[in-house]
Amino acid sequence: MLCDICAKNPATVHLTEIIDDQMNELHLCEECAHQKSAQMEQQFGLSDLLAGLTEFEKPNAKKEVAVSLKCPNCGLGYTDFKKIGRLGCSECYTTFKRYLAPLLKKIHGSNLHVGKSPFKVAVSTDKKMDLESLRSELQRAVEMEEFEEAARIRDQIRRLEKKE
Amino acid sequence: MQLADLVNRTSEWLKSTGPNSDIVISSRIRLARNLDKVPFPHWANKKQSENVLLSVEEAVAKTAELKNTTTFRLMDLDSIDKQFLIERHMMSLELAQKSDHKAVVIDEEETIAIMINEEDHIRMQVMQSGLNLFEAWNIINKIDSALSKELSFAFLADLGYLTACPTNAGTGMRGSVMLHLPALVMTNQINRVLAAIAKLSFNTRGLYGEGTQAHGNFFQVSNQVSLGHSEEEIIENINGLIRQIVEQENQARQALLSENRLLLEDRVNRSFALLKSAHIISSQETIDLLSMVRLGCDLEMIKNIGRKTLNELFILIQPAHLQKIENKKLSSNERDFKRAELIRKKLAI
Ligand SMILES: [Zn+2]
Ligand SMILES: [Zn+2]
Repeated sequence: MLCDICAKNPATVHLTEIIDDQMNELHLCEECAHQKSAQMEQQFGLSDLLAGLTEFEKPNAKKEVAVSLKCPNCGLGYTDFKKIGRLGCSECYTTFKRYLAPLLKKIHGSNLHVGKSPFKVAVSTDKKMDLESLRSELQRAVEMEEFEEAARIRDQIRRLEKKE
Repeated sequence: MQLADLVNRTSEWLKSTGPNSDIVISSRIRLARNLDKVPFPHWANKKQSENVLLSVEEAVAKTAELKNTTTFRLMDLDSIDKQFLIERHMMSLELAQKSDHKAVVIDEEETIAIMINEEDHIRMQVMQSGLNLFEAWNIINKIDSALSKELSFAFLADLGYLTACPTNAGTGMRGSVMLHLPALVMTNQINRVLAAIAKLSFNTRGLYGEGTQAHGNFFQVSNQVSLGHSEEEIIENINGLIRQIVEQENQARQALLSENRLLLEDRVNRSFALLKSAHIISSQETIDLLSMVRLGCDLEMIKNIGRKTLNELFILIQPAHLQKIENKKLSSNERDFKRAELIRKKLAI
């Protein structure tokens, strides 16, 4: 989504205002948001984090790869994601995982899900199930020769096993 | 259920029956879910969006937890209807903006609302009165589990539920609490409180306007982080924060009472008198005055009017509601007149 004012930068600040009796939703880039109200800065913690979407620097060595990387399922390119701040489909997460993992960590302070899963009825405190699905993910990654990904999953499995 | 039936009904979450419902208006849990491998709404073509709409509608129809719901397709709603549902907190502006292959599913009590093809394929919410996020979570958890038996949700073991925007990934959960903080605003402490909240990686926004410019002194607080903590942990964290804010608001109210009681009584009663006698009034003025009356009600300066009536008024005085009540399009001037009339009627003792 692009900024409502400049239509150039990605909108990272979202607010509601009432003008002449009409509720209005504004999506602004940080720059325009600052201009709109000096006070906004302190009230928008999220904008700082979302700004990470655009500031986010990929590792230099992989720059070329990232530029040409496209999701095989939906056709969204990594450059599209950087422009619009939205992914194209669930497969994009697998395609862009090596770039998304650090970004997710920056946004959430973690890139390992804890909590509910659609495969279980109860809320996930059940580590065994997590391990099982991670192991099948690992197998898939090895089969697809995604070795970096495989190594990452292996580390997660080790971490989980240690906690048990 | 017809949309028009809602006009004369009060949403359950507005009834001021929940815990801490003097300061906490409502609690809401929202879950974002997507269908595996299907392009997210912004990236999907018409056919794909239509298929999403149809399969989610079908899943909703099969789900016992959703049997008292009605589905409204956005294409069938006019602009007043859409604004009406936004004013009732049953859908977002984003859903209303482009109407193709979108729908909202609402139950009779307006506890549940499920938006189809908003930013994500499914955005479901459950609202409760007062500070009651856990109850909202209990309800929405069951709905989500039931829907996940009918639909294949996008999920990875390590990243959790996958969403169009990475800021929602993981649990896909946003818990938000709507607070009425007039004393923190009047004692000029609100910006300090809001800044402190932002540092703790929670989101705050004025319900109408922002910061000190927020009309009606309503603020919404929600979690920013949705990945790496369980749903219960996230809720515990919000609850902990909200309890502190409620405590601070209570302290500010006590300070106002002990240091400025007369001034406060004057302001509360003037506001009440204005609302009871005005013949032309804007929504902004109404919201500011109602906020004072609501505070007066909490502090027992105003005794013969209930919080439920006041909560209701905040919703009813909005433009689409007035037009829905009158069942015709009204100009801004006409609305200011009808608004004043409605308020006088509701506050007549
Ligand atoms: Zn801008
Ligand atoms: Zn994709």
